[in-house]
Amino acid sequence: MDDLTDVYNELIMEHSMNSYNKKKLEKADYSEIGHNPNCGDEITLELKLNGDIIEDMAFSGHGCAISQASTSIMIDTLKGKTMEEAKEIIKTFIAMIKREITDEEELQKLEDAIAFKNVSHMPARVKCALLAWHTIEDILNQKEKEKENGK
Amino acid sequence: MNVEEIKKDFPILQNRNIAYLDSGATTQKPLQVIKAVEEFYENYNANPHRGAYSLSMEATEKYEDTRTKIANFINAKHREEIIFSKNATESLNLIAYSYGVDKLEKDDEIVISIMEHHSNLVPWQKVAKQTKSKLNYMYINDEFEISDEEIESKITDKTKIVGITHVSNVLGTINNVKKIIKYAHKKGAVAIVDASQSIPHMKIDVQDLDCDFLVFSGHKMLAPLGIGVLYGKKEILNKMTPFLMGGDMIEYVYEQETTFAPLPNKFEAGTQNVEGVIGLGAAIDYIESLGYDNIQKLEEKVVSYAINELSKLDYLTLYLTPNKENHSGVISFNIKGVHPHDVASILDSEGVCVRSRKPLCATTYEIFRY
Ligand SMILES: Cc1ncc(COP(=O)(O)O)c(C=O)c1O
Repeated sequence: MDDLTDVYNELIMEHSMNSYNKKKLEKADYSEIGHNPNCGDEITLELKLNGDIIEDMAFSGHGCAISQASTSIMIDTLKGKTMEEAKEIIKTFIAMIKREITDEEELQKLEDAIAFKNVSHMPARVKCALLAWHTIEDILNQKEKEKENGK
Repeated sequence: MNVEEIKKDFPILQNRNIAYLDSGATTQKPLQVIKAVEEFYENYNANPHRGAYSLSMEATEKYEDTRTKIANFINAKHREEIIFSKNATESLNLIAYSYGVDKLEKDDEIVISIMEHHSNLVPWQKVAKQTKSKLNYMYINDEFEISDEEIESKITDKTKIVGITHVSNVLGTINNVKKIIKYAHKKGAVAIVDASQSIPHMKIDVQDLDCDFLVFSGHKMLAPLGIGVLYGKKEILNKMTPFLMGGDMIEYVYEQETTFAPLPNKFEAGTQNVEGVIGLGAAIDYIESLGYDNIQKLEEKVVSYAINELSKLDYLTLYLTPNKENHSGVISFNIKGVHPHDVASILDSEGVCVRSRKPLCATTYEIFRY
């Protein structure tokens, strides 16, 4: 019960209902669909880069409160970061949800996304919390490959 | 019938503080079933059909006796019309491969309802692709039922296979399977009934239904996981080729050729789930000791109470037929503005186990989007 009230907290509810990040970007460099076949959640993430910096992000789609809020808060957290910084934050978030990192200090870099910590005690909801993070990971990996291929 | 007494038969309800409302996914198991499995391992375990020693013979006897019990339970004409499988899904795949793929030709039609479980849908997509036949759907009306007109317009002279779930796991609708079977036969098609959600709640009589195939899973009717049944009319099963190849399903094996065992062994390749079979036998005994009449009386009480109370909540939408006689024990609902997954988590925190799902199948299940 405690885990649950912690998870459905004000911040998360706010982001899940009417997120200002739920929109279309004027000119996105990348657009990727994230899909969770178990519960039917589907989001489209858009990303705009400025050199190495994530200049803007937005999402559309539908899903449960946890996946929607996680997407929106992720966008807040990663906007303005370099790709390297973003990768580190993504890695930390995933490790937090999988309970591989529990040290509060180490988790500070997640900013508001630390609000999802208790999802790590709710195995049925782990996929919901990670959907957007895996999707952005795919985009960044794709970008990296393009770089390697000298594009 | 005393509910509190019945509850005592289910150890998990003593051990966990839960309201388990997800029996449609899998039922909890009574002690009688758990004990029967234990007793088998403590006294009879051997590989049936394979040993010439008495232990193996006894294991064979227990296994085969249960086949007879199941045949009687669903009123099959012959005991060899009962084939053991892993679950309803495997039974349906057996029909799809050993009947569907073999018998269907280009432009033939397969007709199923839009409320089928994926196990009675995805295999038919595969059959349709492979044989170049067509997969057509019977849709539901705004009472969540399949109308007579829908049945008669979708099942045509080209239809060779009709698949229908007896009770919908999503809507709780009890389909008029007798009418569908009769109409399928009139058009020269075979009819498959998915009894997974009906057999725990109502008497199944395959001769009265006159279905050609009927499938169900043991685990949804108090039996262990991993045991399922395929019923098929003997004359049809006899003409079908085996589904899986291997030990136990053969008669003579030469280097390049094999002749197959007669029914039912022809369709039971490899060492079978004997503990599951024994457990299924015990589950049938348990259901019969309660009696379908009593089960139904109790269900009727619980279900109408639940519907009545849920109807009072204005933030909740119910999806069920208004025709009470066509509705079984599944109650589907949405909470306005809240995703089902979140609802399930919140109920879980109160010890209430419910099923949450996405809209399962494009057309019918659009309604479940909030
Ligand atoms: C109507 C219906 N058919 C088939 C199945 C598949 O059962 P199993 O997964 O045991 O094969 C289910 C399970 O939910 C069902 O509800």
